[in-house]
Amino acid sequence: MNNNFDFSVADKILDAHGYKQQAVIAILQEIQEHYRYLPQEVFPYLSEKLDMSEARIYSVATFYENFSLEPKGKYVIKICDGTACHVRHSLPILERFREELGLSADKHTTDDLGFTVETVSCLGACGLAPVIMVNDDVYSAMTPDKASSLIQKLKEELANA
Amino acid sequence: MLKSRSELSALREEYAKAYAAQSRRLIVCAGTGCVAGGSMKIYDRLKELLSERGLSVAVDLEVDPHGDAIYLKKSGCHGYCEIGPLLRIDPEGWLYTKVQLSDCEEIVEKTIIGGEHIDRLACKCGCNTYKKNSDIPFYKNQTHIVLDQCGTINADSIREYIAVGGYSALEKALFEMSPEAITDEIKKSNLRGRGGGGFPAGRKWEQVRRQNTPQKYVVCNGDEGDPGAFMDGSIMGGDPHRMIEGMIIAGIATGASEGYIYVRAEYPLAVERLRTAIAQAEELGILGDNILGSEFSFKLHISRGAGAFVCGEGSALTASIEGKRGFPRVKPPRTTEHGLFDKPTVLNNVETFANVPLIILNGADWYLGIGTEKSPGTKAFALTGNIMNTGLIEVPMGTTLREIIFDIGGGMRDGAEFKAVQIGGPSGACLTREHLDLPLDFDTLKGVGAMIGSGGLVVMDDKTCMVEVARFFMNFTQNESCGKCVPCREGTKRMLEILERIVAGEGRDGDIELLEELADTIVNTALCGLGKSAPNPIISTIKNFREEYEAHIYEKRCPAGACQKLKKIYIDPELCKGCSKCARQCPVDAISGKIKEPFTIDLSKCIRCGSCLGACPFKAIKEA
Repeated sequence: MNNNFDFSVADKILDAHGYKQQAVIAILQEIQEHYRYLPQEVFPYLSEKLDMSEARIYSVATFYENFSLEPKGKYVIKICDGTACHVRHSLPILERFREELGLSADKHTTDDLGFTVETVSCLGACGLAPVIMVNDDVYSAMTPDKASSLIQKLKEELANA
Repeated sequence: MLKSRSELSALREEYAKAYAAQSRRLIVCAGTGCVAGGSMKIYDRLKELLSERGLSVAVDLEVDPHGDAIYLKKSGCHGYCEIGPLLRIDPEGWLYTKVQLSDCEEIVEKTIIGGEHIDRLACKCGCNTYKKNSDIPFYKNQTHIVLDQCGTINADSIREYIAVGGYSALEKALFEMSPEAITDEIKKSNLRGRGGGGFPAGRKWEQVRRQNTPQKYVVCNGDEGDPGAFMDGSIMGGDPHRMIEGMIIAGIATGASEGYIYVRAEYPLAVERLRTAIAQAEELGILGDNILGSEFSFKLHISRGAGAFVCGEGSALTASIEGKRGFPRVKPPRTTEHGLFDKPTVLNNVETFANVPLIILNGADWYLGIGTEKSPGTKAFALTGNIMNTGLIEVPMGTTLREIIFDIGGGMRDGAEFKAVQIGGPSGACLTREHLDLPLDFDTLKGVGAMIGSGGLVVMDDKTCMVEVARFFMNFTQNESCGKCVPCREGTKRMLEILERIVAGEGRDGDIELLEELADTIVNTALCGLGKSAPNPIISTIKNFREEYEAHIYEKRCPAGACQKLKKIYIDPELCKGCSKCARQCPVDAISGKIKEPFTIDLSKCIRCGSCLGACPFKAIKEA
């Protein structure tokens, strides 16, 4: 446990939500938006500030798919495997991403914390299937080859950042 | 801040005049699909180019003294996502498709300054070219009521919504009708829940209205989690005020003073537009305390989901808003009695609320004239899959699948053959060729074991394996099962195991019967709608495509040729030149042979990865 953890980010978020228990999901979402995951230090802190048990906060954080207790990569690549994308062959695209980045079904994030690859059920852009999302940008009509060139581009961006 | 009805009416008159005075409008589609295609860059580029030419540009509805400004706006989804990014040019009504950044200059020069049509950008279907939106078969065969303004008005502008008559239903409900009269009108219209079940909305409202509790809630279910459906996301992002107006009217009718919109996390665009819309409505006094100077107050909040499909279920959704795990609970008591924070709650879906202002304004009789007798009105569908025209459509209830797939959807892609359509997502069922002339409405579909669900239509061709589709859906529901009740938690897991075995070529005699037995148990014993409907895709694929299951199990063969593990890859000795390229590509050394003589594949080693297929320069490697 890190004793020097800076809680000012959490304080600001808690303040904006009026320290309401009801808002715990929104609070966790905003904390995750900041850190790209939920650092373990925030659980005891939120428990005290929201006056709810750590177990309950943890139960919420582990129930919802979007929360991550592990640090995520700078680029989070979400491959849509909704029905429309699936029937237009989204799985080979997922495999290509994993192959390019040395990831697998059990390992989602690269060791340098550059990339995270995960699947989602539907991004709501079914008309352009198969689609993927990198952070907040949607890429449409993907193919495995497009995936490879996208990774090259992102790797360059990462190196130059 | 508007203090009275007459102030809103005066404002509407002013905005309507300004709206009518606009001589030139450029409408850039800012739906999820077109934004992904770069439509926002096109918007910025057009704005830049117009200013460079010294033309005056307006981006929100302004009272323009000269009426010569070019009005550039971002609208919601136009529906025809397949050929986006889309740009509509008014007053001509021209639709430009697949617009690229490099086309902007030409559009400004030729069309806006020169008034000339650019043929290259027009919509082409088959051998026809269509200049106008209204001529294109995709649009011509639809009936837009709920989506009427979606794709036409500026999604970020309350002024435009008011200009086209928005919030006049609210006025009518607030100043001319009693809560009983509003509820009666909705009941009479027989508006049925668009979220899937088709429960009459008016009955829910009545149940909530009758209870004497000071605190009641109106909740909008925008947790559109069905893979392959994006109607609600498009409505929230394209015409947010219509849905908000519907929610306020529900508040008046039931005596609720607070509302929540639960939006799924994957719709950032919809959340942003809803936030803007709520802020604008608050600023005008349409939301908040003493709306338009009346006694009625209504506050609206947004609650963002965090990625749990089960939260589309009513009691799980309210638990999630309360900041808990999204576990469903046993019903009754119903949400209408013990809903959000244990208070009586009206819970309807986005599309249902979006229908409300129209019914209040035009009357129940008007609404009853659309659609079928027992399922009045229209339904929005997300049309996707292996079809020519994908996109968002709206048709009267009772429209047949054939009309949707072949007239609006333009038929199958790449000349493939129609095999089935999955309706209602993972809770729904598949319909086949024999159902093509079935009218789509709540009751007819129920009769054939399917449901409208939230309205996703995924069209599949003859290359789609139905067992694999069943596995896909079971994988989804198994992942999303919340784990509270045993039948769903364990049952879906076992069903998935069996299906995985079958598609891997390891199916056993008796698997089909076991699947049927498990399905029957889960349907009858699961706690919530997710579990109860989880076996539907399996039940319907076994019913309609039993022979495909049998081929997988007994002949170890996939009739559609889609299941990787059942593929047989062989080298045609006539075409093979013995170059050994394939053998070098093979990751498991399954290919061997002598140079310059035909090679062979050892099927006991082959993992069917397909690497060799791409490696062969002579196309000698084939799949069977």
